[in-house]
Order: sequence, then structure tokens, then C-alpha cells
Amino acid sequence: MARIIVVTSGKGGVGKTTTSASISTGLAKRGHKTVVVDFDVGLRNLDLIMNCERRVVYDFVNVIQGDATLNQALIRDKRVDTLYILPTSQTREKEALTKEGVEKVINELAETFDYIICDSPAGIEHGALMALYYADEAVVVTNPEVSSVRDSDRILGILQSKSRRAEMGEDPVKEHLLLTRYNPDRVERGEMLSVADVEEILAIPLLGVIPESQVVLNASNQGLPVILETESDAGQAYDDAVARLLGEEREQRFMTNQKKGFFSRMFKGG
Amino acid sequence: MSNITAPGVQQVFQLKSASVSMTALELYYFDNDEFEETLRNKISQAPGFFRDIPLIISLEKYEGLDSELDFFKIIGACRRNSIHVIGVRGGNDDQRRLARGASLALMPGSGQRDKDHETTAEVADTPAAPAPQTAKEAAPAKIISQPVRSGQQVHAPEGDLVILAPVQAGAEVLAAGSIHVYGPLRGRALAGIHGSESARIFCQSLEAELVSIAGHYKISEDLQNNGWKSAVQIQLRDDLLVVAPLDKA
Repeated sequence: MARIIVVTSGKGGVGKTTTSASISTGLAKRGHKTVVVDFDVGLRNLDLIMNCERRVVYDFVNVIQGDATLNQALIRDKRVDTLYILPTSQTREKEALTKEGVEKVINELAETFDYIICDSPAGIEHGALMALYYADEAVVVTNPEVSSVRDSDRILGILQSKSRRAEMGEDPVKEHLLLTRYNPDRVERGEMLSVADVEEILAIPLLGVIPESQVVLNASNQGLPVILETESDAGQAYDDAVARLLGEEREQRFMTNQKKGFFSRMFKGG
Repeated sequence: MSNITAPGVQQVFQLKSASVSMTALELYYFDNDEFEETLRNKISQAPGFFRDIPLIISLEKYEGLDSELDFFKIIGACRRNSIHVIGVRGGNDDQRRLARGASLALMPGSGQRDKDHETTAEVADTPAAPAPQTAKEAAPAKIISQPVRSGQQVHAPEGDLVILAPVQAGAEVLAAGSIHVYGPLRGRALAGIHGSESARIFCQSLEAELVSIAGHYKISEDLQNNGWKSAVQIQLRDDLLVVAPLDKA
């Protein structure tokens, strides 16, 4: 059985696509056959972060409308060979994603893939609802600030009322909190909510904390999922998150500020 | 559950005891024009609330002449404003005879209790007409064990509402009776939505955007100084919302 995981947030710009890219890459690196699907019709970004924008011929909407087969639209990642990308359309409207069409594509993907990662658009409109509708699990990406937490709460409510699992009365969608852009210095100065604050408000289990880092931005600009930056804090934090998603126990890191001395910086390589 | 009769035979109906909250109009004297004008003013303050409600005329404080008491005019004025007069409460024998003449139901007065003091919950008290001999069945409490998230609304239209999880900012919980939140109350809580002034709100941590009992409300700003972020109960006393810590209750 394929596991269908939606990466969602409500709020825009918190790191959904970055997270989708890294989690799918991480799962694939561990040998799981994984596909990441871009649901953000009209704002095609995933292929940029995955560095495959020049190989897009057909897209998700073409497949839904029967203009192309799934195999024509799927793009195989050049770095990890068990990873595929289903890009979205840059020119269509979100309404092109019909419930039946999405179901057909998801079902077809579920026949061959172990993991289907759905990269949700921001908001709580049609596109976001379609991305979460068929999900078994949800990674709720949240920044440590009040408005992001509020929007995550909203999307959690929608997951528990408007997803297929909710409508069919099945077991609820399993929720994971991923706190991104975390800066322990700013938390200490009281400029950001702490992990404990966010956990207390949202009351869902913590999948991981991704520290704020220049590496994330650089990696995005180069079309490299940040999880492949294995030396960086952010890359390791994503690796931890993927391991936990697979049921591994890993201690939470990057939640406090470790002032690095000169020597440890020299010997551990940052 | 509603058809425990002879097997296979379905009755046309079954009589059940019911207890509903109603609005009482306490009449002091009657003048047709003044009456209708006052009524219209009251309605304009909350048009939605008064639309098609049942109303009883309370005669306990009536001081005008019996001869001025024209129930047909009262009913007419109310009808023109979409209010349905269904009966009278209290009154002397002559007044009650007039009421019966206008096909109104007769309810006993509410006794001596609130003769001396006006503010005791008229609205909530009225329906407690002597119930038939059947045991009175309380409306069951609605129990929610999942967090009520931002944008969600939970409504208990008959009884109490019990929530065993947080009520998040941007969420709304409403109940005809009391509201109990075994977690932080961060959203809006409206108890006694049908006018029950004895309804209360209980929560383990008061962080609400708004609390309301029988239409009397306080917003977050007004709640900051008393019991904020602690376990409290909120009740209505003399038309004022009173916040009191739970450990001293």
C-alpha cells in the first residue's frame, strides 16, 4: 500500500515546496520508490527546486485531462533513481484539478509507488483541498510565528473534516508538525515562538525542527533539495525528519543554540 | 426510542414532556400605539433574534385597568412584527378570562419568588410550568474529544457542551446550556444562546477571544485583568459577566 503524504501549511512561504523536495528525496534515497506531485497549478515551483524544469513536457493537468499518460508526464530524478516528479501546469487554473481526475492519477501512482508526496499550494482553496483530500498523513509545515501557527491550526481542522478519510469516517489523517525557519537565538530574545509554544498550541506530534539557514536558500536557488546538503544543519534536520517519518526514533536536534568554539568548528566542519 | 408501543402499531403521536426557553413580555399597562412602538424599537435592536419567536404575556406586574387589556390588539401588534403570542402568565380571574377569549394558553404565575426583585431570570424561569408526571429528561450534553480548530464551529443546540481538548483561536463553540472546556479556551464561547441566563462557561485556561452568556458578552481585551490564562468559571450576575477562579469556587 502506498502511503500518501500531503505537505501543507495554510500559509504561504513557510517552506512547503522545500520540504516536499527534501522529504521525497530522503525517502527515495532510502530505497523507497517515491513520487512528488506538485498541486500548485499556475505557480509551478517544485520542478525548479528539483532542478528538472527544463525536462517538463507534459504535466499533472495533461494527465487528468487525458492528453498524456502518466508515464509521459513523470520525470525521473537525475540524482536519486527511485525518485520521480509529477510537475504541475503553469498555465491552467486550479479548477483543472477535479476530484475524480486527481483520484484517478493518485490511484494509478499508488500501483507502482511506495510513497506519494503531495506538495500543496498555500491557502485553503480548491488546490489545497485537492492536495490533502486523498492523504493518509499530513506534514504540517509551520514557522514559529503567530500567524503561521493560526493557519496551520486552520488546515488541521480541514484535514479532520474535509479529507477523504474524514468524509468516509475512516481513521483520521495522521498529523506531523514540522517547524521550519527555526532560529534559537531569536527564540531566546523572545522574537519567535519556541518549539514548546507551537507544540502546546497545535497539540500534534513533532516530526522535526529545521533551523533557519542560508544553506536552504542557496540550495533552492541551485535546484538542489537541501537534504542532499548532508553537511548542513538543515540537511541533517530533514534527514532526521524523514527517519522519524519511517518510524525511527531520533532525538530532536537544532532546538537550542550551540555556540561552537573555534576547535569544534575546525574539526567537525560546521 | 420514540416508538415503544405495541409491536407493529405506530401511533399518530406521543406526548412528551418538553421544556423550552421562552421570552416573556412583562406588561405594565396597555396602550395600543405605545405598545406597538415600543415593540418595534425592541425588535430593531436585534431583528434576527425576535423573528418568529413564541411570546408569553406576563400579567403579574400589570397595573392598568382590566378594561384596557385588549388581547386581540396585543396579538395583532405582535403578529405584524412576526412574533407569536401563545399564552399569558399570572393575572387575575377576569384577565385570564379575557385571555381565554382570545384563544391564549393560560400558565400559572411564577409564584412569589421574583415579585420583589425584577432581575431574577424571567426568561429562564418561565417554561418551568408544572411538567406532566413523566420524569423530566435533560437534553444530553454534547461531548467533543478532538481539538476544535480555527475556523471550526461546534454547536450544542439543546444541552451543555463538553470539550475535552483545546478550543483554538478562531474557533467557535456554542451551547444552549453551559460550556465546559477541559483545556485552554482560545476561541469564542457562547453559552445560553437561547437566553438561558443560568448557563455558565468553565475552562482550564481562559485565553478566549470572546465569551458570551445569554447575549451578554466580553471580548478578550476586557478579560485580560481577571483570571487570564487560569482556570475559571464565568457566569451572569445581575446582567454582568463575572469571572471567578475555579479553585475558589
